[in-house]
Amino acid sequence: MTQNNVRKVAINTNINGQEMDILVDPYVSLLETLREVVGMTGTKEGCNDGNCGACTVNIDGRIVDSCLVLGVEAEGKNIETVEGMATPEGLHPLQQAFLEEAALQCGICTPGFLVSAKALLDNEPKPSEDRIRHWLAGNLCRCTGYDKIVKAVKKASD
Amino acid sequence: MVSKSKKSDYKVIGTRPIRHDGYDKVTGRAQYGADIKLPGMIYGAVLRSPHAHAKIKKIDISVAEKMKGVFAVMTAKDLPRLSDKQRGNSEESGSEKHLSENVMAMDKVLYKGHVVAAISAKDVNTAREAVKKIVVDYEVLKPVINVDQAMKKGAPILHEDFVGDHLGKKVKNTNVATFNKYTTGNTDEGFRKAHLIIEKEVELQTVHQGYIEPHNGTAIWDEDDRVKIWTSTQGSFANRDSVSKVLNLDVSRVKVTPLEIGGGFGGKIPVYLEPIAAVLSKKSRRPVQLVMSRTDVFDASGPAPGGKVIVKIGVDKDGKMLAGYADIRLEAGGYPEAFIEAAAKCVFSCYDIPAMEIEAYDVLVNKPSSAPYRAPGSPQVAFATETVVDEICRKLNMDLIDFRLLNVAEKGTRTALGPKYRKIGLKQVLEAAKKSDHWQSNLEKNPKSGKLRGRGIASGYWFNIGEKSAVNLSLNMDGTVILTEGSTDIGGSRASIAMQAAEVLGVKAESVRPSVVDTDSIGHTDVTGGSRTTYATGYAAYKAAHMLIDEITNKAAKIWDLSEDEIIYSDGVISSKTDSELRMTLREFADKNPFGPVVSSASVDLEEAAGGFGTHIVDLEIDPETGKTDVIRYTVLQDVGKAIHPAYVEGQLQGGATQGIGWALNEEYFMSDQGTMLNSSYLDYRMPIALDLPMIETILVEVPSEDHPFGVRGVGETPICPPVPAISNAVNDAIGSRILSTPIKASKILNKLKSM
Amino acid sequence: MHPFDYYDPKTVDEAVEILKKFGDKAKCLAGGTDVLVQTRGERYELDAIVDIKKIPELTSLEWTEDYLVFGAATPCYVLYEDPKVCEAFPGIIDSASLIGGIQIQSRASLGGNLCNASPSADGICSLIVHEAECVIAGPNGVREIPVEDMCVGPGKNALSNGEFLVSIKIPLKNSTFSASYERFIPRNEMDIAVAAVASSISLENGKVASCRIALAAVGPTPIFAEEASKMLIGKEPTEENIKNASSKAKEIATPISDMRGTVEHRKDLIEVLTRRTLSKAVERVGV
Repeated sequence: MTQNNVRKVAINTNINGQEMDILVDPYVSLLETLREVVGMTGTKEGCNDGNCGACTVNIDGRIVDSCLVLGVEAEGKNIETVEGMATPEGLHPLQQAFLEEAALQCGICTPGFLVSAKALLDNEPKPSEDRIRHWLAGNLCRCTGYDKIVKAVKKASD
Repeated sequence: MVSKSKKSDYKVIGTRPIRHDGYDKVTGRAQYGADIKLPGMIYGAVLRSPHAHAKIKKIDISVAEKMKGVFAVMTAKDLPRLSDKQRGNSEESGSEKHLSENVMAMDKVLYKGHVVAAISAKDVNTAREAVKKIVVDYEVLKPVINVDQAMKKGAPILHEDFVGDHLGKKVKNTNVATFNKYTTGNTDEGFRKAHLIIEKEVELQTVHQGYIEPHNGTAIWDEDDRVKIWTSTQGSFANRDSVSKVLNLDVSRVKVTPLEIGGGFGGKIPVYLEPIAAVLSKKSRRPVQLVMSRTDVFDASGPAPGGKVIVKIGVDKDGKMLAGYADIRLEAGGYPEAFIEAAAKCVFSCYDIPAMEIEAYDVLVNKPSSAPYRAPGSPQVAFATETVVDEICRKLNMDLIDFRLLNVAEKGTRTALGPKYRKIGLKQVLEAAKKSDHWQSNLEKNPKSGKLRGRGIASGYWFNIGEKSAVNLSLNMDGTVILTEGSTDIGGSRASIAMQAAEVLGVKAESVRPSVVDTDSIGHTDVTGGSRTTYATGYAAYKAAHMLIDEITNKAAKIWDLSEDEIIYSDGVISSKTDSELRMTLREFADKNPFGPVVSSASVDLEEAAGGFGTHIVDLEIDPETGKTDVIRYTVLQDVGKAIHPAYVEGQLQGGATQGIGWALNEEYFMSDQGTMLNSSYLDYRMPIALDLPMIETILVEVPSEDHPFGVRGVGETPICPPVPAISNAVNDAIGSRILSTPIKASKILNKLKSM
Repeated sequence: MHPFDYYDPKTVDEAVEILKKFGDKAKCLAGGTDVLVQTRGERYELDAIVDIKKIPELTSLEWTEDYLVFGAATPCYVLYEDPKVCEAFPGIIDSASLIGGIQIQSRASLGGNLCNASPSADGICSLIVHEAECVIAGPNGVREIPVEDMCVGPGKNALSNGEFLVSIKIPLKNSTFSASYERFIPRNEMDIAVAAVASSISLENGKVASCRIALAAVGPTPIFAEEASKMLIGKEPTEENIKNASSKAKEIATPISDMRGTVEHRKDLIEVLTRRTLSKAVERVGV
């Protein structure tokens, strides 16, 4: 218990297709919950205030900044992170395209971009360049200038 | 042994294999600094000064240390007192004392965010709450926040006991840490003879590298006084060196394991959290991890210097440059080093000017201590020089590229700091720019939309440091090769290094498996910075590969009972000169070799390489009612020597250009009068987003360098130099007036338009 | 950050109880895109966060005879992915699709944007020019106020202890009415407005029958520029008349200089954006 006796909350959630029961402090973010409680560090913290998208996850089909979602809100939800994109058969086409198009340099923003781009392609199979840029406006990259990222998303949509 | 390989024969170099660390990075498995978890690990938080300039009178930790969940508290008293001895490595300087005090302030805080104390606790939130309970008694002092304020007579002095070096003379009671002058030829005469002299002054705000991953540090200080560090760093050895100095331990007692790094651009060369994590670990008897918040990164890591630059150039009536003068004043922040020597080196670097005089000031201000940011010092001076060049062209009615070609720096041109250039490729870059589709295309200056359009061009330069790298190779029984190296990989360098070894060995890029290893596992390797990595560590890989071939040849000779000089190794196949039946692939050799492990080890300590020149072309569109500026077309041309992995070279060009675009249009440290940064978040520190940019065309010009067997030149830093002046020149082309301060924001453009 | 407890009431009354009990130590959680940032930034200290998204009225969307009523916690994407809302209220959609990027729009709500009461909010001006109303529940029952009365100061709303915003009502209009919202930002997304304007217009026989203009980021609260709005009534929406109303709006604006903009730039922008949104609104009616 913390200084003012706030207790952890038990929640049941589904992450990348696996059901889990976890204990979370009610005041911590979903980002922190994924990284510290569940132990999945693929989702990254860049700013912790919803301005960089490095923490993007998919909740029930919609992409969100997990730093601005409370861990307790995961109750009853289906959460998809970057760790869930590849299957035993291989990489998701987006992951493959990012590698082939050299769409990552340091790679820290890559999980966020992949989760965001996947949500786009799941709903709009053949987006234009402009649409891709608009959709990815909430994901910051400092290394690439976005050029190869946009090309990779286009390639994966083919 | 070191020979030039023929360009056309390359099998691996110039191809685009998937990078070896790619699979881990696209699946989220790759372990970055904040991802590591050690058994029993606890978390640290730091207390930072709210004041830009203050004396620390008292620190009261009595309440904080008793809080539930707190393990240990530290202040600068827990660090050894260091001397004024200079540190003297290439990417960082200043004294040991300064290094330590920047990590944690002793008597004085010199910038908002300066660390004053730290706490370790069972979780991050507890540590952060506890830190709030430390009470510090400050005597607040007046801050100086730019070069003018700092250099004014009677200005508050940051370091009372500091002795500045002004033209070799020791000077006390000054905020000018260093004042240097560099002279070649006779500029008075040059300017006297000039037909036209143009002088411009530019002002730049502080900007930040903006890497998405905040600084981190995880440490264990064990009972044998050995410290193990895990961190995201651009240089494990530099990190080890700094940590051991701050903790006053022998270097051999510190081991740094580099984790993957989420961007650096120079900013992750200095140490911030690692020594704190180590001391807290010692006091807590646990591994301790610290991670900066985004606000901390802006407030208290190492931004790029703002400042003022004056450039004056005199030309004859044909446009030939006769003399150049520059006055460079850059903000070092709270501790010395504002990269003025590099700035002086770069200011006239693109031109052949017979007489040059450069005065450069390294100025202390109450801002976080500057760290390198991609070609530190060069973008600032390029803004001034390329503005003057643009103005001269317009005044003389000369073509913007022809003028540059008339004055182009080439092999043999004497540089401002003395040495003459070896083989460089600026001329080829300018010629390629002239022929480029972008330059040849027509820009509709006044489209129906009512927006104003303009085109700008500018050049820039960065040199490549050489320095030390080591590489180890080991042949696996399946014919693949393990490569270990110490250059932390920010942008795909482990692939380029492996490719160079693969080229020599005649195997596929995938057959050489690179790893970036810790300071106990490889020879000394200098930082991933200064555009040196593909060049120097690649060169070490090249050497190690040749040595491995010697080993293979030696053992193959034993297998076949021949003398060594009868063995041929070519394209991954071992054969005999004398007996055509004798033939083994590398895999077959590795499988049957009974003569022990096949390993090699090589190192380099290289001189500076002849650097890379770039020229950028930008088309802008400006909304004349609001001042909003959009980049509608952008082309980067650069002499890349030899592109080992072209996709990652293109990536460096696009990434550097984008940082420059942000620097030009929107990025700045918006300071309050009290010297605090008001916009310390990604919301208001505005870096370009995907929707702000078009595709960025890259044209790789290859003028192989004489300094590397494959002709490699460092490419990473040059691309940030041209964008600010290119954009400023484009704005001038669009609206007929220059904005000579960064950022060139909408309000400035609108004000200009209204005043015209 | 001060640790807080999480509550997820299932009814309006339950929520009111909790909010009343904790007073200013509790805040509602809709999308969390403001409140979580602010509590971490220590703007206030909370003992409780009250997640109102499990109360049906807070996320429902209903067309009554006279109104579109949507819950205060309805995420922006629900509005702009609804073809009927897009057709009826393009001016509201302008706002909903501008607040942050896609990730933010998956969670952020116009209700939250309104209660956050930032002077530069992207949602409030549009609601003002649509004559939207707030449905507020509290210990004394339910009350309704016009949207323009909700913001009483920078970051301060008109809710008192135990009250929270349940839903927003937008009066249905006919095809003679439309609206537009435009903001100026330095980049192309992800920024707080330097200045912004929403304008609504209805036309009758080629003349302006109703007009509302609201300004953001140029005062301590979003400003309903009544004087400027009145100037067009009864007149034709000509370039000249629109220009005059826009100049008036510029006069009404009372911006400050801060890290996002200067007084001068903001005033200039208000004039430009008023002109553009009025013209756009007229164009949308014409279509």
